[in-house]
Amino acid sequence: MADDIQALSAAAAAAAIADGGLARAELFEHYRARAAADELNAFTWVAEDEPTVINGPLGGVPLAVKDLFCTEGIPSQAGSKILERYCPPYTATAVANLAAAGAPLLGKTNQDEFAMGSSNENSAYGPVLNPWDRSRVPGGSSGGSAAAVAAGLAPWALGTDTGGSIRQPASLCGIVGLKPTYGAVSRYGMIAFASSLDSAGPLTRDVTDAALFYRNLVGRDSADATSVAFPGPIDLPTSERLDGITLAVPTALVDGEGIEAGVRESFEASLETARELGATIVGCEIPSAPYALSAYYVIAPAEASSNLARFDGVRYGLRTEASTLDAMYTQTRHDGFGAEVKRRILIGTYALSSGYYDAYYGRAQRVRTVVSRELAEIFTKADFIATPTSPTVAFRLGERTADPLAMYLSDLFTIPMSLAGTPAISIPSGLSEGLPVGLQICGPAFSENRILDAAHALERAIGFDGAAARSGGV
Amino acid sequence: MIDRDELLHVARLARLALDEDELQTTAAELSSILDHVATIDELDLEGIEPTAHIGDVEDSLRADQVARSLPREVALAPAPAIRDDGFLVPSPQGE
Repeated sequence: MADDIQALSAAAAAAAIADGGLARAELFEHYRARAAADELNAFTWVAEDEPTVINGPLGGVPLAVKDLFCTEGIPSQAGSKILERYCPPYTATAVANLAAAGAPLLGKTNQDEFAMGSSNENSAYGPVLNPWDRSRVPGGSSGGSAAAVAAGLAPWALGTDTGGSIRQPASLCGIVGLKPTYGAVSRYGMIAFASSLDSAGPLTRDVTDAALFYRNLVGRDSADATSVAFPGPIDLPTSERLDGITLAVPTALVDGEGIEAGVRESFEASLETARELGATIVGCEIPSAPYALSAYYVIAPAEASSNLARFDGVRYGLRTEASTLDAMYTQTRHDGFGAEVKRRILIGTYALSSGYYDAYYGRAQRVRTVVSRELAEIFTKADFIATPTSPTVAFRLGERTADPLAMYLSDLFTIPMSLAGTPAISIPSGLSEGLPVGLQICGPAFSENRILDAAHALERAIGFDGAAARSGGV
Repeated sequence: MIDRDELLHVARLARLALDEDELQTTAAELSSILDHVATIDELDLEGIEPTAHIGDVEDSLRADQVARSLPREVALAPAPAIRDDGFLVPSPQGE
């Protein structure tokens, strides 16, 4: 029976509960026991009992939540020592929306500190291991969420994406990850990294699960002034064909240096599959893409340096006692933040400081305008942009920690969409040397229904099997 | 290139104490990142407006009415130190 439960997608589990074939408590206990036995360090907290479940469209299927989200009375540490054992007095809207739709909280998942990282090695609570190969990273920053879903420790998980933090770990772990249109999901109660880029979204086993999850996640929230109502309902995808669809491939970018041969091969096979399903493939250019990476690594740290000013030992979290207020601030922040967070605070502070503001932040914001225009121009001629999600498969633990810049380059394909605020999905496109490769499909703002439909058709045709990773993890 | 004095100044602005070994490694790392960022200078950005926010969100105003918020004791509960009705901090001037 445990194997049967394990084989069910979240949507299938919800359906089995609805028709009486599966008891809700049995499903919760199945995943609770697996999450509690986690050997990947994917979880930082696991529920002891099933919480009160509201009857709703998510059917009682338990939910793993990235530790960046505040959960009332439950540790919400954001991968940081500065928030060790911090239990917030309120719950994030995204988590509350999913709970109200019938997804009880199974556990909180590990992540790069304050979502800054592409490997989950920047967590104060230790790295997460990739269930496909435990000597490799799961990606980041939502590495715990991705590993938990891939290893079958959770049916689905909530993550966040600022420059690729849902899509890249989904790609490296062989699951589906959706970064929404900016503003479609409330950021209230999501510990802020870069406010103009942060987006919350699903990490799931398949595209149908992502749609079911996402339709219960979106919505305008009066507590987040930047949130917007999604125009119309999110539908469950049904497409099996791509007739009449045009996919644009940024040729220079995809043919560039640093793309692994196995990743390129899998990507080209996906394009061939898309053609067989009726799609037209055209070339396109995003000339600003290399500069987008540079702009991102100014804008995100600049916003982070401002957002992370709140961690000062006064209202919550760690305090290092000192004789003056100023010494207490500076020592608390020295002791509480990890190396990458310090690096980004310093870059951000530098970029915003007097004399450098226009040269760095001002120019980066102009690049952001250029990137948005280039993507919008492509969408006048094509339905979607397709790229590999990550230039490489999962890399080895420790391989890139010594070189922050090399780590940043992992985000080359995901950052343009983050700067433009446009939605993008990563779906598994196959394996390269036994490790998953992801395909990214990006569309214009609020095109999630069309993206999910296209991803569904491709997913069916590709027929990726993630069962090998789901048997491990405990 | 960012030098030691400049780094100390920025760390001071960020209210971040740095150890000696952090100072050494950080200066080099920041310089290499800022060099990469400087590639932006290759772009002609003349006449291009900056984007601070994506989307067309108008000012979002609500009626100026008192609404339910966290009770004081709940908001104070996670603080490292409190006294009476507020957060307790060391004196700015020291003892």
